[in-house]
Amino acid sequence: MPTLTIRDALNQAIREELARDEKVFIMGEEVAEYDGAYKVTRGLLKEFGPKRVIDTPITELGFAGLGVGAAMAGLRPVVEFMTFNFSILATDQIVNSAAKMLYMSGGQFNIPIVFRGPGGSAFQVSSQHSQHLESWYAYFPGLKVVMPSTAADAKGLLKSSIRDDDPVIFIEQERMYGNKGEVPDDPDFTIPLGVADVKREGTDVTIVARSLMVPVALKAADKLQEQGVSCEVIDPRTIRPLDVGTIIESVKKTNRVVLAEESHPICSVNAEISHQIMELAFDYLDAPVKRVSGADVPMPYAKNLEDLAIPDVEAIVAAVREVAYLD
Amino acid sequence: MASKVIMPKLSPTMEEGQIARWLKKEGDKVSAGEPLAEIDTDKATMEMQALSNGVLRKILINEGESAPLGQLIAVIAEPNEDIESILSEAPAAAPEKKEPAPAPAPAPAPKPAEQPAEPVEAAAPVVHTDKGRLIASPLAARMAKDSGLDLRSINGSGPNGRIIKRDIEAALSKPQPAAAVATASGYRDEPATQIRQTIAKRLVTSLGPVPHFFLTVDVEMDRAAEMRKNINALDADLKISINDIIIKVAAAALIQHPQVNASFQEKFIRYYEHADIGVAVAIEDGLITPVIRAADQKSLSQIAGEVRELAERARTKKLKPEEYTGASFSISNLGMFGIDEFTAVINPPEGAIIAVGAMTPKPVVRDNEIVVKQMMRVTMSCDHRVIDGATGAKFLQTFKKILENPLYLVV
Repeated sequence: MPTLTIRDALNQAIREELARDEKVFIMGEEVAEYDGAYKVTRGLLKEFGPKRVIDTPITELGFAGLGVGAAMAGLRPVVEFMTFNFSILATDQIVNSAAKMLYMSGGQFNIPIVFRGPGGSAFQVSSQHSQHLESWYAYFPGLKVVMPSTAADAKGLLKSSIRDDDPVIFIEQERMYGNKGEVPDDPDFTIPLGVADVKREGTDVTIVARSLMVPVALKAADKLQEQGVSCEVIDPRTIRPLDVGTIIESVKKTNRVVLAEESHPICSVNAEISHQIMELAFDYLDAPVKRVSGADVPMPYAKNLEDLAIPDVEAIVAAVREVAYLD
Repeated sequence: MASKVIMPKLSPTMEEGQIARWLKKEGDKVSAGEPLAEIDTDKATMEMQALSNGVLRKILINEGESAPLGQLIAVIAEPNEDIESILSEAPAAAPEKKEPAPAPAPAPAPKPAEQPAEPVEAAAPVVHTDKGRLIASPLAARMAKDSGLDLRSINGSGPNGRIIKRDIEAALSKPQPAAAVATASGYRDEPATQIRQTIAKRLVTSLGPVPHFFLTVDVEMDRAAEMRKNINALDADLKISINDIIIKVAAAALIQHPQVNASFQEKFIRYYEHADIGVAVAIEDGLITPVIRAADQKSLSQIAGEVRELAERARTKKLKPEEYTGASFSISNLGMFGIDEFTAVINPPEGAIIAVGAMTPKPVVRDNEIVVKQMMRVTMSCDHRVIDGATGAKFLQTFKKILENPLYLVV
């Protein structure tokens, strides 16, 4: 199996879907001539031409709306936000049009659109450019929210998202574009939405992590293994629909949970997962569910403060030891 | 290292203890866990165990003398260890009243002897008091329930004493004491409804903390007396008393009327799974109520045997605290003293008690004829906060029905 970066796995997914279905097209700021701000769309303009790979002005609300209209007309747009921070400008089209159209048209209009781009923290881009908006989008019925953590997941999930008939928010992670992993080259390789992946099996504590926190949780699990604690690491991969079953099965086995996420803690995705665990696995819990979250402050610019605002291996190790009653 | 022996808390209500007998003399070697003395508490004579190894160097409280909880009563130390500093902390022996009181002087008050540490609970099963809520993880609670473990018997190792999975596993891996002795039956707590809380508040204002009311019923005892005679004729070893039958019948009626087998706990009402029946026993200097646990599940001969054995130990003050606390209902019988009718005082937090009078032949009307029957009068005192008049009356109806036709016990 070839080893690819997450960036190239995403590129492969978009290329394969552009080739497979002529209704698919991609648009966004700098996606064509410049090959994408993060080079995810490298080479696509040359291969598929300016009708399929379209540079837009800096008008997020405008081109998001254009995408929704195109989807209503039968196309399958992939809309790139240079970062998800800029999707904030487009939320009216995403939340009020894309998410509601199927319902409000009485089932007449599916909106097969993917809004994609990097989210979460990057490298010293400060408060306005380091945000985690997955809990915003996951809140709305009508949207699906996907967050891959490996190259293979990135490819398989993006292909499923493009083929899905509903609007999908596909949030990548800027810090992870260079992470490498084995990726199947079968053009029919997809990963279904709504299915979690057990990234590591264990027996003592379940760690639920997504996106950037998956590699951090796996490192923490290695460290904890040396301390005699066996951790199971689960990546939900899709935030909505959430694969609660896989999480609950794991909790029933381990009886203790740590939820790790880069985002702020209040009203976060893990606040929801914590509730589901409490409701569905109450009798199996041996300790309160513990969260490890990003600092509840706007992301600082200073490097040292930025490091402190993002959960690290030590924070997860400490949380696991706490729920396992080891300290 | 020298260690203090202090007056331990050996019963839930004990405030001071009297040394009945020292089992070791000064100079004797002792090891932790060995019986050191017998102590009379307010309820029973209990053995006190040594908590450390060494030599019993000094006895500060002699046989027959009393000391409050926590007071230094002896010192255990190495043979040559200096124990003067410990002894200097001991309060002067019994205050000597005959000495003239010192004239009040503005001198600084003598420094009070340092308060000894918290009275040490006697080496005994873990006791979670009613005051502190029992804390267990949901998993631990379920595991305990599934395996029939009593959470109250387990020490929690988590934060705030939370009982967690590993505590249950540890408890399960320990060999279970054969036929757990006299542990209290299970119960279920249900929140007290607003109306119950209001009833409770109003009645307490009027009648005091446990608002009693009384219900009296006459019970025809001919069949019960005949049954007793027939059972005892079966085997010379069987010595069933009328009171044993009353216990059994009350237990059966309580299971049919769970509202009576309950206690008021301010915010909730506790319903007991079994009828744990306290039987009032007169002893030389008072009264004690040993408990027949789960009397609803025991045979008459078992009940009779237990009552006899517990009453005997009550008279010699050998009952353990768990043997005379935690009943769900009590029975007091003064029939043997020829009392026809009386009222008994509820032993909180129980919901009710029945006062049983003498069984005597009385003229009664049956089918418009005056006939003579063995009659017995029973008066139930009810805690009105948990039992209403009609609830209590229905219970007594069942009680009377079964006692008048004891065959109901076997159907």
